[in-house]
Amino acid sequence: MSIEVDEVKKIAKLACLNVDDADIQSYATNLSNILDLVAQMDAVDTTGVTPMSHPFDVVQRLREDVVTDLDRREDFQAIAPAVEDGLYLVPKVLE
Amino acid sequence: MYHTKSVTELSAMLQAGEVSSVELTRYFLDRIKNSDEKLNSFITVCEEQALAQAKECDERLKAGNAPALTGVPVAHKDIFCTDGVKTSCASKMLDNFISPYDATVVTNMRAAGVVMLGKTNMDEFAMGSSNETSYYGAVKNPWNLKAVPGGSSGGSAAAVAARLAPAATGTDTGGSIRQPAAFCGITGIKPTYGRVSRFGMIAFASSLDQAGPMGQSASDCALLLNAMAGFDEKDSTSIEKAVPDYSADLDKPLDGLRIGLPKEYFAHAEGGMNAEVEAIIKTALDQYKAMGAELVEIELPNSALSVPVYYVVAPAECSTNLSRFDGVRYGYRCEDPKDLNDLYTRSRGEAFGEEVQRRIMVGTYALSSGYYDAYYLKAQQLRQLISDDFKNAYEKVDVIMAPATPETAFNIGEKSDDPISMYLSDIYTIAVNLAGIPAMSIPVGFSDGMPVGMQIIGNHFEEARLLNVAHKYQQQTDWHTTLPEEFK
Repeated sequence: MSIEVDEVKKIAKLACLNVDDADIQSYATNLSNILDLVAQMDAVDTTGVTPMSHPFDVVQRLREDVVTDLDRREDFQAIAPAVEDGLYLVPKVLE
Repeated sequence: MYHTKSVTELSAMLQAGEVSSVELTRYFLDRIKNSDEKLNSFITVCEEQALAQAKECDERLKAGNAPALTGVPVAHKDIFCTDGVKTSCASKMLDNFISPYDATVVTNMRAAGVVMLGKTNMDEFAMGSSNETSYYGAVKNPWNLKAVPGGSSGGSAAAVAARLAPAATGTDTGGSIRQPAAFCGITGIKPTYGRVSRFGMIAFASSLDQAGPMGQSASDCALLLNAMAGFDEKDSTSIEKAVPDYSADLDKPLDGLRIGLPKEYFAHAEGGMNAEVEAIIKTALDQYKAMGAELVEIELPNSALSVPVYYVVAPAECSTNLSRFDGVRYGYRCEDPKDLNDLYTRSRGEAFGEEVQRRIMVGTYALSSGYYDAYYLKAQQLRQLISDDFKNAYEKVDVIMAPATPETAFNIGEKSDDPISMYLSDIYTIAVNLAGIPAMSIPVGFSDGMPVGMQIIGNHFEEARLLNVAHKYQQQTDWHTTLPEEFK
């Protein structure tokens, strides 16, 4: 399976990664090699096999819909790159 | 001195008042200060907090009724969130991240009386098998400073092997406790999926990640696992099942123990176990036979597919988990973003290392429109078959033994340019994570001066049995107490 340079650019865009043009070719080569490795999966016919979703037969645990966490907005804002008046700042989205 | 003592011994000395926690903590902090320049096994050393915790522990010890681990200094892998202490996951992305809360593992161990010496180095976001992907530089193997310690819990393994810490925590997604334990000659156990809480453990691949102890011996790991394990309502995949006392059955005789040897792992295939490693493993198996165990050949027919399956499941889950790092709420933010998209893509592009970006891209591709069935769904189906192989095997045997790694620790730089050959170094450990079962690695000898690890794999929730099987061997051998020359 070969991944072309254009495809790497598309994947990087989907993954929100800014990849330097100089690195694209090496990503293309490595991703192609990884997908070749992964292609070994095709050797086994898995028709009718139920995909594994968990190591055990368990049901998702649920809890009462009640407040369990304390309000720690100030602690969380203290570690953010840019905040003002309790809000997280990002570049302007609307003109 | 104290560094030649096991956690079990140190805990007894603390309880008897023969040494104080402050003395012990200072001793290990000094050892880190004097020796870690050679290893780079710590990202953060918590001198002040550690001494403050030690002082509290001494008071608890004096007051009586202090839990078994009270006052024992331990290092945490830097993947566990620690309140008020930098938690970097060895990434530039979190270089400035001071966690506002503790992981449940950290909380549990603190409640058990453990003192935190610091945070250990690792592969970035636990993605790697050599500790070379760390933003803070490679960790060196205490047995040979040119060799890797393994990964991703390489800092924890190196620190314990050099006795800069009596024990450490690790995490294992595809072998990240067992492979470095094998490379550094220590004992490490990856518990059953869900046995130890994942809350506050920075997520890589959520259906595979599991935390466990890395220590000098099986009996030390039992003590530590007693403190780490347990149900946690903050982790939706935590198992609601009582935790047994892992130390209780350590001495049980092994008469009649049926040990399964997967013929696929012992086949002389390309990229398989090297001859000297195989000879050492066989000697260990003979010792088990002499202890009354029976060796049975078993089959794990789908095991060859573990690596391909893993490199779909793990990247897919990693690409999802790592989408939270957006440069908005915490972590790295690029300079002067021109718009929101630029903020996201440049922050992520500048702060994630190459291997992390590679895995995010593989995962994004596998999950992208039109490819889901061919990759993720197919991988999860094969995962079921791999899991069934183990289920069938455990109808015939009690535990499975296998090499932990195909070879001993390789040199720094040897595989770092070739992701595939790096991935294949986890060929014997990955299937265990896919099946969610517990497994450990114990030191069973040396090849050319480098430690060889053997894996003991159990059925779900059979941690106590694994620790018992390992402990009986360690009572007859001294591989686990042998120290590297430079750190004696």
